[in-house]
Amino acid sequence: MWRDHLTEIIIFTALFLLVSGMGFVAARWRAPKDMAHLDEWGLGGRNFGGWITWFLVGGDLYTAYTFVAVPALVFGAGAMGFFAVPYTIVIYPLVFLVLCRLWSVSHRHGFVTPADFVRSRFDSPVLALVVAITGIVATMPYIALQLVGIEAVLKTMGVTGESTLARHLPIIIAFAILAAYTYQSGLRAPALIAFVKDTLIYIVILVAVIWLPYKLGGWGSIFDAADAKFQASPNPNDGILLNANNQLQYVTLAFGSALALFLYPHSLTGVLASRNRDVIKRNMSALPAYSLLLGLIALLGFMAISAGVKPLPGATEGSVDNNTVVPVLFDQQFPDWFAGVAYAAIGIGALVPAAIMSIAAANLFTRNIYKEYLRRDATPAQEAQVSKVTSLLVKVGALACIVFLDPQFSIDLQLIGGVIILQTLPAVALGLYTRWFHRGALIAGWAVGMALGMWMLYQVSSPTRKHFGGSAFPLEKFGFDTKMTIYVGFVTVLVNLAVAALLTLALRAAKVQDGGDGTTPDDYFADEGDPRVTPGERRDADVAPEPVA
Amino acid sequence: MAAPDPETRATATTRAKDKSPWNWLLFVPILVPLIPALFNADSPRILGFPRFYWLQLAYILLGVATTTLVYQMTKKRGDR
Repeated sequence: MWRDHLTEIIIFTALFLLVSGMGFVAARWRAPKDMAHLDEWGLGGRNFGGWITWFLVGGDLYTAYTFVAVPALVFGAGAMGFFAVPYTIVIYPLVFLVLCRLWSVSHRHGFVTPADFVRSRFDSPVLALVVAITGIVATMPYIALQLVGIEAVLKTMGVTGESTLARHLPIIIAFAILAAYTYQSGLRAPALIAFVKDTLIYIVILVAVIWLPYKLGGWGSIFDAADAKFQASPNPNDGILLNANNQLQYVTLAFGSALALFLYPHSLTGVLASRNRDVIKRNMSALPAYSLLLGLIALLGFMAISAGVKPLPGATEGSVDNNTVVPVLFDQQFPDWFAGVAYAAIGIGALVPAAIMSIAAANLFTRNIYKEYLRRDATPAQEAQVSKVTSLLVKVGALACIVFLDPQFSIDLQLIGGVIILQTLPAVALGLYTRWFHRGALIAGWAVGMALGMWMLYQVSSPTRKHFGGSAFPLEKFGFDTKMTIYVGFVTVLVNLAVAALLTLALRAAKVQDGGDGTTPDDYFADEGDPRVTPGERRDADVAPEPVA
Repeated sequence: MAAPDPETRATATTRAKDKSPWNWLLFVPILVPLIPALFNADSPRILGFPRFYWLQLAYILLGVATTTLVYQMTKKRGDR
């Protein structure tokens, strides 16, 4: 009952209100002369330094859902759930140089979204539309999942009810507040709140990983307890180590997820908001601090096993909601006030990425659908206004997904989202390096990758579900005599690339007309201070531009 | 090609700043964490952590060290 959790609820609410206040005040933080421009509302003035970028991108990539779902996966399956660690290690060296190129070309041309870049690079509004829609579809369920993170916490505090409305009222209120300050402050709101969110998370996790092993008899016995649980379970693919059949899945999932992460529009929003290339490069070295945090959080799953945590019941009769293991663990092992701080960290942790994701999705709609197809002559002020309204609609949509549909639906969509966002890799990531691909071939490759991805995900079954049971595709369905599985996204992106490459050759041979290229080679190396970086009337325009010889 | 005007000369130096043999080092922290044979074992344990867990957490340091090194070495070639 909620009365048993009163202290937790009070602390959670107090901290929640504090950051909401910060969200509204953020509009005046590093305030521009004119907020009615997408660069200001949607990219925070494109002027964030190292620290802000670190908190913003960190708060954006390592979401509340991650903090709830990764330990839940480790709790349920063991070693497989630890893929999040190699995934977040390989990502940074992988994109170290790529993101700098994207930053440079985006600042020279005033691009706000990855689709803006694709449109100019391949001279193809259609390809840009494809990239934009893929981005929006992949981001929407991700926003919805942030709500799953908050709900796991609320459920543990006993804030739940019988009717649909009573059960969801707290998150409806939370999202209404979030929507209001995002509308007003744009990207500045999550950037400012991220400081509080991450400070809370770091404190909570450091205390937890020191205190809990001490209480539970040391790390050795925690791992032994987990080992004993997985030995006893009938599932052959769980355990504290990988087996011969799921190693390929582990590696391809880590690598594929790393490729996907910076294709998500919200990750790029944080990167484009930074001040210069140096900020990005320094962040690629500093962001792994969050990976360490994530690794420790993952191990909370084992601590929950060792502490004998029983997850709370799920939405349907007889099921359990593994996402509640971490909140329940904190409730059992810590004093109420500290559990309250931990819950607030998770709850606020949901707000930062949800705000950035809705801004990113809104920017995609504004730049690549509204301006491209509905109103060509839109002024910057109109663009900013459309984006603000769209960000509201996006949040209402995400909320509706959680309130009216089974949350499992959002989890499925998120699984699909990772696979489909990967299909923009040839156009966006390889496009930064080469203009070799034919624009028609890229569209065809995308379509084939999408279709194959859907088919493969549909084929994956799990003990509880017949279809969409995960992203581990059994290779025996391709006719191989093996029990090995592989990550769907990895296969589909390879097929996508092969189709794009072969069709490029075919279209060239058939002399089908290709588009031009709106960028020049040196666009990809421009840095802050370049006279052509960020053109237009901007607040930093009063800074004397460097003399052009 | 025509005689380089000031702008293309500036381009050439920026490009030199971006291209560096040090960048190849970035492949090390991309490849090493993706070889399960290195870490998929229980022993030796450190502080109770099986190798699977402590070694993968240690790869984070490998990643940080590599990106920092590449950043520092490529930074000095240019003026900023």
